[in-house]
Amino acid sequence: MLDFQAMISAIGPELLLALAGLAGVLAGAYMGDRFNGLSFKLGAATLLLAALVVIMNWEGGEAFGGLVTTTPFVNFAKCISFVAGAVTLLMAEGFLKRHETIRYEYPLLVIFASLGMGIILSASNLMTLYMGIETLSLSSYVLASFHRDSIRSSEAGLKYFVLGALASGILLYGISLVYGFTGSTDYGDIASSERTIGLVFGMVLMISGMAFKVSAAPMHVWTPDVYEGAPSPVVAFFATAPKMASMVVFANLLFTAFSGVFEDWQMIIAIIATLSMLIGAFGALIQSNLKRLLGYSSIANMGYALVAVAAGAEYGAAALLVFMTSYVIASIGLFGGVLSMRREGGMVESIDELAGLVRRRTGLALALTILVISVSGFPLAVGFIGKIVVFQAGWNAGLLPLLIVLVLSSVLAFGYYLRIILVMWVKEPVERFQPVGSTVALSVYAAAAACLVLFVFASPFLEWATQASAGFIQ
Amino acid sequence: MDITVNHFLAVSAILFTVGVVGIFVNRKNIIVILMAIELILLSVNINLVAFSVFSGTIVGQIFAMLVLTVAAAEAAVGLAILVVFFRNRGDIAVESIDLMKG
Repeated sequence: MLDFQAMISAIGPELLLALAGLAGVLAGAYMGDRFNGLSFKLGAATLLLAALVVIMNWEGGEAFGGLVTTTPFVNFAKCISFVAGAVTLLMAEGFLKRHETIRYEYPLLVIFASLGMGIILSASNLMTLYMGIETLSLSSYVLASFHRDSIRSSEAGLKYFVLGALASGILLYGISLVYGFTGSTDYGDIASSERTIGLVFGMVLMISGMAFKVSAAPMHVWTPDVYEGAPSPVVAFFATAPKMASMVVFANLLFTAFSGVFEDWQMIIAIIATLSMLIGAFGALIQSNLKRLLGYSSIANMGYALVAVAAGAEYGAAALLVFMTSYVIASIGLFGGVLSMRREGGMVESIDELAGLVRRRTGLALALTILVISVSGFPLAVGFIGKIVVFQAGWNAGLLPLLIVLVLSSVLAFGYYLRIILVMWVKEPVERFQPVGSTVALSVYAAAAACLVLFVFASPFLEWATQASAGFIQ
Repeated sequence: MDITVNHFLAVSAILFTVGVVGIFVNRKNIIVILMAIELILLSVNINLVAFSVFSGTIVGQIFAMLVLTVAAAEAAVGLAILVVFFRNRGDIAVESIDLMKG
């Protein structure tokens, strides 16, 4: 007999998103273009409602005979991802309207991508994991090429598709080996099976596939290109919600399914983290396009997050949640900044276009400065707390070489972040930006305010994350 | 000679390698890349079904059905993006995907 109460507590948010997505498809078919404006607000409302459903079922549960299991750890990530999806959706509306590509398919794709994020976060079986990853990826490929008349956007979509499909293939091959050598696709069964060379080989392939999804080096090559080519609101979405979800899924997979082979994957994750931090920091130094720079910055930040993963479940789980949340908040604000850069004749993306922003738009410049300080991990904003907890996790786990790279990379990173701040505050002002609508401005100010507030009132935030990952501490 | 699970694994490993190499070595046509991706997914299916039969669990065969479905969806999305790209660029040679570099 089906226990509906237990099922709702495990898959309530996904159920809501799936039904809302299907209803949206019907409404779009029935109402046509009249649905375009309305769909963005409804989509954002659905995502916020899904986040609320997650909070209401915080302790989680099990459904479909163990194919799906939710815990507070993944619910934390789900909550942040859905809210980030809603905010980036609202920011997208004005941009798409100005580019005359406002269509109801956009919020629907975001909802289906969020459904995929929910599924991968709930997955406790490799089959569920694969299905969710494909739901997320297929929606993302279409979103990347959403400006279908733009050659850059379609090229970004094509690149993302080819490399993403390859990564999915590698991940799937790894899954098949893990299944073959353990005889099960269930996380719990895999964790309790003995270590064989086939299992380790499959796990390495799976790590490569997941590293692509979180854009960690050496599987990062798509990130700068897709960030540059895809429409800015789409990139704002890519850089926040799916990053949070994929990273937590990656950690959850390693912490639960592969807890038995911890020594094997710790070294691999440490190498991936080191490469990501270095490539992200050095790559960003030579960029002049702001979106590309944020792409490299996200590679470096994924490296920092992977330091927390390498520290293991006991030390790293809470640190990962804190760091990723602080990164997502700052990213939303920074991409709001990118969306505000509009001149006569279209959007501009070069860093030099920010010159003298402080004298033209003081509020925006102040907010962006706070966000840049936060994402670079210096005191006064929540990014600092994120870096500190990651450092602490690495220290407790005894990962000294990784921490040296982390500090070096942070210093390098401050170099290129400082350049953005200097351009805004010191250089001679250029022409004023055109206004872009209140939603974007509000998101930037709200993100900057959140960075400061969470820095000042850090302890409830840290406590929430620690409680969410309490399940990993024996 | 008996056919063991190792023989199936060897075939699927060869197919997988052909698929991956096909993506990287191919310098001509994006359609060929789509075929290479298909080859990777099919090699996984051989793996799953072989493991399923030899270990006596049914999960692998269910998984193979799921992979087939996803492969169809993936090909559809890929071809749609390819058509959009062709409309803008008028060419589907691999060298023509060169607008963004670095």
